[in-house]
Amino acid sequence: MSAIAFPVNEAKAVERPHALRDPDWVRWSLTAIAIGFIGLFLCLPLGLVMVEAFSKGWQTYWSALTQPDAQSAMQLTLLTALVTVPLNTVFGVAAAWAITRFEFRGKSLLTTLIDLPFSVSPVISGLIFVLLFGAQGWFGEWLSAHDVKVMFAVPGIMLATLFITFPFVARELIPLMQEMGSEEEEAALSLGASGWQTFFLVTLPNIKWALLYGVLLCNARAMGEFGAVSVVSGHIRGLTNTLPLHVEVSYNEYDFVGAFASASILAGLAIVTLVLKSVLEWQQGRR
Amino acid sequence: MKTKIGLKTGLLAASLLISGAAFADRTLLNVSYDPTRELYQQFNQEFVKYWKEKTGETVTIQQSHGGAGKQARAVIDGLDADVLTLAISYDIDKIAANAKLLPTDWQKRLPNNSVPYTSTMVFLVRKGNPKGIKNWDDLVKEGVSVVTPNPKTSGGARYNYLAAWAFAEKTYGSKEAAKDFVKKLYKNVPVLDSGARGSTTTFLQRGIGDVLLTWENEAYLAIKELGKGEVEIIVPPFSILAETPVAVVDTVVDKHGTRDLAEAYLNYLYSPAGQKLAAKNFYRPTDTKVVDAVDLANFPQLERVTVDQAFGGWANVQKDHFDDKAIFDQIYAP
Repeated sequence: MSAIAFPVNEAKAVERPHALRDPDWVRWSLTAIAIGFIGLFLCLPLGLVMVEAFSKGWQTYWSALTQPDAQSAMQLTLLTALVTVPLNTVFGVAAAWAITRFEFRGKSLLTTLIDLPFSVSPVISGLIFVLLFGAQGWFGEWLSAHDVKVMFAVPGIMLATLFITFPFVARELIPLMQEMGSEEEEAALSLGASGWQTFFLVTLPNIKWALLYGVLLCNARAMGEFGAVSVVSGHIRGLTNTLPLHVEVSYNEYDFVGAFASASILAGLAIVTLVLKSVLEWQQGRR
Repeated sequence: MKTKIGLKTGLLAASLLISGAAFADRTLLNVSYDPTRELYQQFNQEFVKYWKEKTGETVTIQQSHGGAGKQARAVIDGLDADVLTLAISYDIDKIAANAKLLPTDWQKRLPNNSVPYTSTMVFLVRKGNPKGIKNWDDLVKEGVSVVTPNPKTSGGARYNYLAAWAFAEKTYGSKEAAKDFVKKLYKNVPVLDSGARGSTTTFLQRGIGDVLLTWENEAYLAIKELGKGEVEIIVPPFSILAETPVAVVDTVVDKHGTRDLAEAYLNYLYSPAGQKLAAKNFYRPTDTKVVDAVDLANFPQLERVTVDQAFGGWANVQKDHFDDKAIFDQIYAP
């Protein structure tokens, strides 16, 4: 249509209109500022982590990562992610399904509540669990009477991580599923598919990239969470220290190589996440 | 080890219904404050060896470290400590009073008021002591930047504050003068970290401040670990006797069936082997006869006032100085 309205401009379509053209020095200096900022605040610190981690050579780096406390911290971090990410994937899909496919009272309240873990400080999230399950908390007496350890043990760490990472999957799915509408699913149902068939054959293929993206972010946060986990962990070496907590412990013990070696694992995880994220975005964009 | 942890934590995660009884070997959890990490790393190894030789049983000692106040809070909230090795007796008093995990007269159960080793607060200054800091009154001079942690959260910081107060009250003769003195002192503090270790890194790694007020043991360790030739220790002629108490947590050891082990563990701190290790890690032993002379030489003589003598006990200290709106809140404005 614009071609008809402004036929003169068609030939020049590749060039930007004069009003939007900035002098070269403005463009270059803006780009330089952006790159400089990224270099100073992202690449430099990340590089420093690596430099410090390897400051005493490969062998020290390797032995820092293979010492028992570091190993058990890694195992605990992996275990936490293995438990919380699948659970939150199921919760997230269920929540997104409920919100986008049904009308019910309190729906907008539910949508807001899903965001709650994003809006409270992680330290507060940790304290919530101490107030609930700690020895002086609401359920404290019952739990200790039945000899159940939640706080300052692995279950507490999982609960806190579950809470913190709850929104990631649902937040990715809700806008997409809203946009998609429910026509395809209704068609499937009216052609005689069961509820599960509809979900696995129609809904899931449509949301898979967004779902993977949400799972990825959820996983990154589950492995990297510090604040909430620090409150509920009790910092027992080799038992309730996750990798981020192990970084802090090593740093406080003047074991800088150990601290930065563990940090380099977390940084590596972040980079892998970023790469996978770009791949997923590219896949989503292609659709 | 790998399978043991995986299996155990897996079960925990699945059911939340596994109790401490799942352990085959007995374990002991020692909840301690920040600067004792190195001491207990060595002590635990020796104790495990000693216990194995004595009884044939293999035990595991677990450690948890953090700011003393924070650790006490965690124990009150359910961190299952079999033994406590904290910085000030007030923190254990709080556990006894609030969570009733041990009797309030716990301090009478072990020798020397349940204090196996003591310490004091000293100054760490830059090489050559360019600001000429020798005593507490040098800290309030203009242009001297002092690093100390927050007395609301750190046991060591409380001792720093109280030592300064006791010095001023003794030197200038009144509580009013002491209050003015600490007010001037905290004007010179650019940053309050939450724990002793944080302050040490602020001073050494980040290079902030002219003088660090810290535990004697922390000062020696800092020099050993990072500051050889960069900083030096100044022991003032007057400081405070830092009594770092230990206690068995009755409710927890009875639940775990670890009372004999926990008591043996704490008693071992008083033994010649324990006292030697304390001295090697720059804690002042209570039994100096059994300790190597080389290690004793690290501890210069000085006048050390106790909290009980100067302030009438920790309960008073808390009420007068560190409660909300008490003296510390009045004098410190960030």
